Amino acid sequence: MKRFIGFVTKEFYHIFRDKRTMFILFGMPIVQIMLFGFAITNEINNVNIAILDQSKDTETQKIINKINASKYFNIQEEITNENQIESIFKKGKVKAVLVFENHFIKNLQTQKLAKVQVITDATDPNIANTITNYVNAILQNYTQEINKTTPGNYQIQAQTQLYYNPELKSVFTFVPGIMTTILMLVSAMMTSISITREKELGTMEVLLVSPLKPFQVIIGKVFPYIFLSIINATIIVLLGFFVFKMPLEGSLLLLAFESILFIVSALSLGILISTVSNSQQTAMMISLMGLMLPVIILSGFIFPISSMPLPMQIISNIIPAKWFIIIIKAIMLKGASIAVIWKETLILMGMTVFFIVLSIKKYKIRLE
Amino acid sequence: MSQEKIITVKNLTKTFGSFTAVNSISFEVNKGEIFGFLGANGAGKTTAMKMLIGISKPTSGEALVAGFDIKMQSEMVKKSIGYMSQKFSMYDDLTIKENITFFGGIYGLSRIQIKQKTVELIRELGLEEVADKLVGALPLGWKQKLSFSVALLHEPKIVFLDEPTGGVDPITRRQFWEMIYAEANKGTTIFVTTHYMDEAEYCDRVSIMVEGKIEALDSPKNLKKQFDVASMNDVFLKLARNIE
Repeated sequence: MKRFIGFVTKEFYHIFRDKRTMFILFGMPIVQIMLFGFAITNEINNVNIAILDQSKDTETQKIINKINASKYFNIQEEITNENQIESIFKKGKVKAVLVFENHFIKNLQTQKLAKVQVITDATDPNIANTITNYVNAILQNYTQEINKTTPGNYQIQAQTQLYYNPELKSVFTFVPGIMTTILMLVSAMMTSISITREKELGTMEVLLVSPLKPFQVIIGKVFPYIFLSIINATIIVLLGFFVFKMPLEGSLLLLAFESILFIVSALSLGILISTVSNSQQTAMMISLMGLMLPVIILSGFIFPISSMPLPMQIISNIIPAKWFIIIIKAIMLKGASIAVIWKETLILMGMTVFFIVLSIKKYKIRLE
Repeated sequence: MSQEKIITVKNLTKTFGSFTAVNSISFEVNKGEIFGFLGANGAGKTTAMKMLIGISKPTSGEALVAGFDIKMQSEMVKKSIGYMSQKFSMYDDLTIKENITFFGGIYGLSRIQIKQKTVELIRELGLEEVADKLVGALPLGWKQKLSFSVALLHEPKIVFLDEPTGGVDPITRRQFWEMIYAEANKGTTIFVTTHYMDEAEYCDRVSIMVEGKIEALDSPKNLKKQFDVASMNDVFLKLARNIE
């Protein structure tokens, strides 16, 4: 145990003294999440919308004026019937259509409830989401005003309808996606580099000649990265939660467990890579080409798997990252418990065990 | 010969596929001697040494190192030996003290022992001023002396040096050999590979490997007499030519 602590201490010195490593470890996750987060902008300005006013009364006119007056929306067109909605979206002229129901003012006065339908083009899910929120805010603001002048608990309800992408499939994928990428990067690439570095420097030989057992050397080398990866995962989840309002519905414990499982599988991949490469460059290239690209392209992080050609869909199944993304999305967005994601968890576990066994075998062969 | 044998090698062989890197070598090393292990590149000396230090398994044959069987008791062997590889084998991004602490730690030295050793070692090498500096900043000659001292931290019975003086100037090499002598006088056995023939002259006994076999083994003086030449370099050349 004392030896182990000594070993791990030394490993931390390596990490903390290398600026490049430190940047990849801590700079990268923050930079990436900020880039992705803000590139998928949350601000909208002068978005073109269309109005379908079936009531054409004084109330609807007031609301329309209010919307038009805001800097966020620009009423491009007024349409007269519902059949036009589809075609106006297809032309790409507007991002949203507001539909005021028939007898808007009458409903508001008699039932104290009137409805506005907010139909958004959800091909760009983030913008669609933002538009809905802004419209809601304007409507709420307006209701507050009328409730102040004529108290009566009036309500204007916005009903959201999404066209083309009703589940907003990609909106919150970037946090799980970045988490997956970063964990893969830190765990697999950094460990494979740090092990091959010892090989390159000749210190690995010295370690193997010492009374330390080979598996102690490997555990000593990967342990700091398990620790740092967990910190990284936490940073990403916190950033996602606080900065980008990523929901966190499910159990944190389950999330932590699944993350550690994924980290271990990535670490064993890192060990595997280090057994087949003799220089840090090789290790880095194999990690980038062999791990990072599939993670980014085939895991469903950026390109939805369902829209890939069939062969690619089949290949995507052997990417651990795909399963991890499914798992954390289910936990974070849907609050899934282990009962829902046991299948994915088992697959990930199976892969992890496979990689560990393979890397131990490879490592032993190398020692012969 | 009544001298105590610290290394006994019998018919040690290592093959890689159809290639025989080490072909049934046998030799003995006396306790406390400086044993030169010579050979051209590719002659098999590194492979042979790797088997003795327990990081490569022999295909056949036997060897006892410090009284332990290298096949069955490699853990015990590892505890009894020190090793300095031909590449500089310390961490450039750790300070001198941290390196000593780390290597002391993996050899199972206690904290107090490590502290004592650190003070001693730094004083002996005159490194007081740079003890907290990163090793990477030291000149190569210093690094090699340091690395030799670190290989001796746990007071091994035998220390294996794999081309320890590669790439340093003659003066530093001389100083390095003085350190080796001093250590040998304390009773530590030195097993050193080199391809500097002038260094071979410093050894008590020398073995010369050619194509996987030991072709000559004796003191430098006897070898020169045997081959009727003036220097170890000529012994080596003559031997290599005879084989061809």
